[in-house]
Amino acid sequence: MKPRFQILAQLALPLALVALVLPAAPAQAALRVLACEPEWGALAQVLGGALVEVSVATTALQDPHQIQARPSLIARARNADLLACTGAELEVGWLPVLLQQSANARLQPGQPGNFAAADFVQKLDVPARLDRSMGDVHAAGNPHIQTDPRAIALVAVALAARLQQLDPAHAADYARNQANFGQRWQAALLRWTAQAAPLRGLAVVSQHKAFVYLYDWLGLQEVAVLEPKPGVEPTASHLQAVQAALRATPARLVIHAAYQDPRPSEWLSKNTGIAVVKLPFTVGGSDAAQDLFGLFDDTLARLLAGAAQRP
Amino acid sequence: MHPLLPASLALALATPLLARADTPSTDIGALRHEIEAIRSDYLARLQALEQRLRTAEAALATPPPTPLPAPLPAPLPAPQPAPGGSGGANAFNPAMSLILSGLYTRTTQDPAAYALRGFLLPAGAEAGPGSRGLSLAETELGLAASIDPWWRGAANIALHPDNSLSVEEAYVQTTALGHGLSLKAGRFLSGVGTLNARHAHTWDFVDNPLAYQAMLGTQLADDGLQATWLAPTELFIELGLELGQGRSFPGGANPRNGAGLVAATVHAGGDLGASHSWRVGLSALGARADEQALLGLSPAGAVVNSAFTGRTRVTIADAVWKWAPNGNATRTSLTLQGEYLRSQRSGSLLVDPAARASTGLYRAVQSGGYLQAVYQFMPRWRVGLRSERLDSGSPDYGPNAGLLAAGGQRPSKQSLMVDFSPSEFSRVRLQAAQDRSRPGSPDAQLFLQYQMSLGAHGAHSY
Repeated sequence: MKPRFQILAQLALPLALVALVLPAAPAQAALRVLACEPEWGALAQVLGGALVEVSVATTALQDPHQIQARPSLIARARNADLLACTGAELEVGWLPVLLQQSANARLQPGQPGNFAAADFVQKLDVPARLDRSMGDVHAAGNPHIQTDPRAIALVAVALAARLQQLDPAHAADYARNQANFGQRWQAALLRWTAQAAPLRGLAVVSQHKAFVYLYDWLGLQEVAVLEPKPGVEPTASHLQAVQAALRATPARLVIHAAYQDPRPSEWLSKNTGIAVVKLPFTVGGSDAAQDLFGLFDDTLARLLAGAAQRP
Repeated sequence: MHPLLPASLALALATPLLARADTPSTDIGALRHEIEAIRSDYLARLQALEQRLRTAEAALATPPPTPLPAPLPAPLPAPQPAPGGSGGANAFNPAMSLILSGLYTRTTQDPAAYALRGFLLPAGAEAGPGSRGLSLAETELGLAASIDPWWRGAANIALHPDNSLSVEEAYVQTTALGHGLSLKAGRFLSGVGTLNARHAHTWDFVDNPLAYQAMLGTQLADDGLQATWLAPTELFIELGLELGQGRSFPGGANPRNGAGLVAATVHAGGDLGASHSWRVGLSALGARADEQALLGLSPAGAVVNSAFTGRTRVTIADAVWKWAPNGNATRTSLTLQGEYLRSQRSGSLLVDPAARASTGLYRAVQSGGYLQAVYQFMPRWRVGLRSERLDSGSPDYGPNAGLLAAGGQRPSKQSLMVDFSPSEFSRVRLQAAQDRSRPGSPDAQLFLQYQMSLGAHGAHSY
């Protein structure tokens, strides 16, 4: 053997051993779902029940824009059968490299295993002009669709169809789960819509443009945003400008998501007296938001409690 | 022949225990798949419409004190056309990105006379602090796109400040092999170590560590093939094998048909709770060089040209540990990273080829590494510290012993940096370093750097 290949020969044996020792593709019946965000993980779990094994890439305390393609995520993407993400470029900073490094053909864009929830919902805030001087704008529109339960209902139908397509043997089960969920969701939607009636027309300030779908559903008026540009941390001068603007158009609430730094919202609250409302934003974002129903129960409870506070 | 055939053949030969065909490999299969997709798509749309109808009815059924908001408009499963994107032929243009970077450098020693004591550096390598004063750094043009359902391609063209151009990377990569397998062909940054595969604009410091400059020619990018396999385990385990022509240091001028450079890598990684993640690796590479031009120092401190013919073996151990509270790195995060490199060279050395040439045996075992910590103390601001140390060993120059400076050198360098990123597309960095890599007094270095990216901004790896 030529000496230059010695090194290869020396490494080949341990590598071969590693390959043999590792279990070859653990045989399991369950469909492995990797959800980018907790809300789609919760939805896949409701629709799949025991037929799916759900793993969630991010938690409610993490900024879904700013995730790294960590080794653990690559390993999970390598083994997944279905990737359930928001899409609309929300995960553009990490998902492409995750998919590339996972070497999983089933999850590549265009494959049935690549599910983007935002494809099934009409997006708001679609920019007319694309330029990075506008901040971190998403060409496809605002991606935070999970703050509107009507969008969840649309995505549930599409996700159930996708599960049926990937696992036709259990199509009837997915259809039954979807019908069941759809019914319970409609009932809850009626309740929420009625509960939220006092919020209609309320003027609010958001820390990040993360709630446009929620506002669209409940009829809240966003009068200011604490981030000077989407994705750019609030600055002292911009906060002061917002404070000044609120004198002309007063707002009742300042809203931020559980994963965000509460300080800019707290600053505004201290200086203007309006109530801070921390919303769970997704499943797991608060103690009460342990599932999709809890997410909206808690969101409404917090908004109503904030609106009840007298400035 | 079907495009997947050679690949699947290689796959079947390589890992017979994993050979399990689950991708539809016939046209009929693909067609059936497509029809199925269209059908379920329509089903989904239909159900979505029904759902909307129910939502609307339900909303109307309640006695609201104020009119209810309109339900969401019809879902549009079809992707909307990209704003500003022109249709036709341009719709398939690859994603383009451009990295713009510039530097101000201040050093107490003349960078033109840079040398790493005890080490023979490749001639023309990007070693040392570069040029003094204001300068443009490398401008990097990146193009990437899917080629067809089975391949993607990417190229990175570096435009150098001296108006020359080099192909930094140009490769094609498989996307549909499955089973955790991926093949790359072309010119690419080798997967050895942690830093080697990272583009200059993602480095945490202005320069690459001395150990990389001395033992990998700053960054190893060869022309060849790379195969990686990701184990089907919960723990991240990735094995990689690379065969290269041997064009870049420590290889050089390989006249043979066979590979001039072989590298094997193993990387493992995972999470510890929500806040911690880690990755460790072990890499080894072997390379052959023929009359590789090297620069060293004479005992008197003058630059000596030499040419090396022989074999090199480099072993690299690398580790990264990252922390962010609850895994949310937006506000604060800490990264600790370290690498240790060990290079063994044996062959013959032709010293001073231009004048009184003298050939003799050459053997050297040299090592070095770095340890760095980068801490983000508030959004957009990071501070980093890097400590480096090298050991030149005691190279055996054979009959040339008197012509080159003796070994036993321990060059070192300490760097401190602060950087500010107004957005994820721009960064300004200040770095100060004390560089004890050349004989005599240390070089105090100061860098002020900007790095900006425009156009498509590819996601960064871990």
